[in-house]
Amino acid sequence: MPTIHFIHPDNCIENVEADIGNSAMRAALAHGLGGIVAECGGGAVCATCHVYVDETWLAKLKPVAADEDELLDGTASGRLPNSRLSCQIEMTAELDGLVLRLPQRQT
Amino acid sequence: MSAIGSSQATGSNMSTGTPPAAIPHLAIDPFSIAFFDDPFPAHQALRDAAPVVYLDAWNVFGVARYAEVHAVLNDPATFCSSRGVGLSDFAKETPWRPPSLILEADPPAHTRTRTVLSKVLSPTVMKQLRQHFTAVADATIDGLLVRGSFDAIAELAEAYPLSVFPDALGLRPDGREHLLPYAGLVFNAFGPPNELRQNAIARSAPHQAYIAEQCQRENLAPGGFGACIHAFADTGDITDKEAPLLVRSLLSAGLDTTVYGIGAAVYCLARYPDQLARLRADPTLARNAFEEAIRFESPVQTFFRTTTRAVEIGGCQIGEGEKVLMFLGAANRDPRRWAEPDSYDITRKTSGHVGFGAGIHMCVGQLVARLEGEAVLVAIARKVASIAISGPVTRRYNNTLRGLETLPVTLTAA
Repeated sequence: MPTIHFIHPDNCIENVEADIGNSAMRAALAHGLGGIVAECGGGAVCATCHVYVDETWLAKLKPVAADEDELLDGTASGRLPNSRLSCQIEMTAELDGLVLRLPQRQT
Repeated sequence: MSAIGSSQATGSNMSTGTPPAAIPHLAIDPFSIAFFDDPFPAHQALRDAAPVVYLDAWNVFGVARYAEVHAVLNDPATFCSSRGVGLSDFAKETPWRPPSLILEADPPAHTRTRTVLSKVLSPTVMKQLRQHFTAVADATIDGLLVRGSFDAIAELAEAYPLSVFPDALGLRPDGREHLLPYAGLVFNAFGPPNELRQNAIARSAPHQAYIAEQCQRENLAPGGFGACIHAFADTGDITDKEAPLLVRSLLSAGLDTTVYGIGAAVYCLARYPDQLARLRADPTLARNAFEEAIRFESPVQTFFRTTTRAVEIGGCQIGEGEKVLMFLGAANRDPRRWAEPDSYDITRKTSGHVGFGAGIHMCVGQLVARLEGEAVLVAIARKVASIAISGPVTRRYNNTLRGLETLPVTLTAA
């Protein structure tokens, strides 16, 4: 089971176990993590599961698709080059140890 | 109302290893006035009977537990929308209006139109609308505080969306009185051929004429959602003929739903003053308080799908070409999924509720709904000390939508 290290805006780290094949967003919700809202439940509509991916992990993720790209322009906290929607990050064994920083706001 | 009607059960001879479970037949009519008046005991009976039930009143299958509702919503290849998301099967009956290009469509046709409406109603567009929607909500609540006592359905739940949404769409000022009757018609028409549906369709001609006219490009103001949809015809994403029908989708589903959603939220805050107190203490809870009201009341109660093949779900077999009724409201209060499902808790983790649906057909206008709901509840949180129900609360009956006709309230200022 890959582990995701979520870093809150106050630098507090929360470790979340993820099921392979599930999204990082689902793992966060199942864990009860604050900071991931996921209003649309993974439908790629809302941009409220925004994360900043640690630079060392960025290249290991599948590239941003067109619809995700559009949604990222509407995040509540500013978009950065390492911004992703966690509902679009599918967990694999290779992503064990993934580091995701949470934004100040999701809505 | 009887809960579980008969002992008859539908079996199946299809071989899948383990024998499929018998599907209980229930006598519940989910489109009856008695059901609308108090759906909750019937919802529980539907959930507890089996993962899949058969409703003899209309000869359809039904799912009311969260797991099965969620599964049906997320398998659009098996549970299709192109044969209609109401009781009427478009493969057997002529639809009462030309089918929606998004709601009543399947991939790949659906994917194209959905992409267009997603762009028109994106988070980026919402950012641009936020300031105006917030200012109008503040002014609305200020005005209502001066009046003190009023009907929260007509004067708030209807008045606020009517003061922001038609302008955001770019509608002409004249004829807007057709908007709510048209939406009421659309949602009644998803139901069975009962009095609600028949009466709505019998009176529909003037409303349909207005809508058809208003969907045309020349009648939509530049910069609005409607004009943005038509602009996608210029880029070839959709055709000139498709654009008016996609505008029609926003006119069908974009106004009445938010009226019912805001009505639900105000009704919740009026009934649960402890939750209003929490909201006042922390206005940043407004958005989730609205979301929880959508889960709690489920303004859109039901939708149908039609099976494209024989399928097993929840251990039950359903044949091809069958209508399946999804009880979104029952799923949103399923104790198998939600802790204390019958309590309105504005701090609840609401993600995953199916009040906006789920999967590829999940409400494409959900961000507009949330923006409106949040704006109204933030204004209430900042300006209103108490909401007292001060007269008879009456229900409005619709085959699909759950909400109130009147909600007389008295506000006191903070």
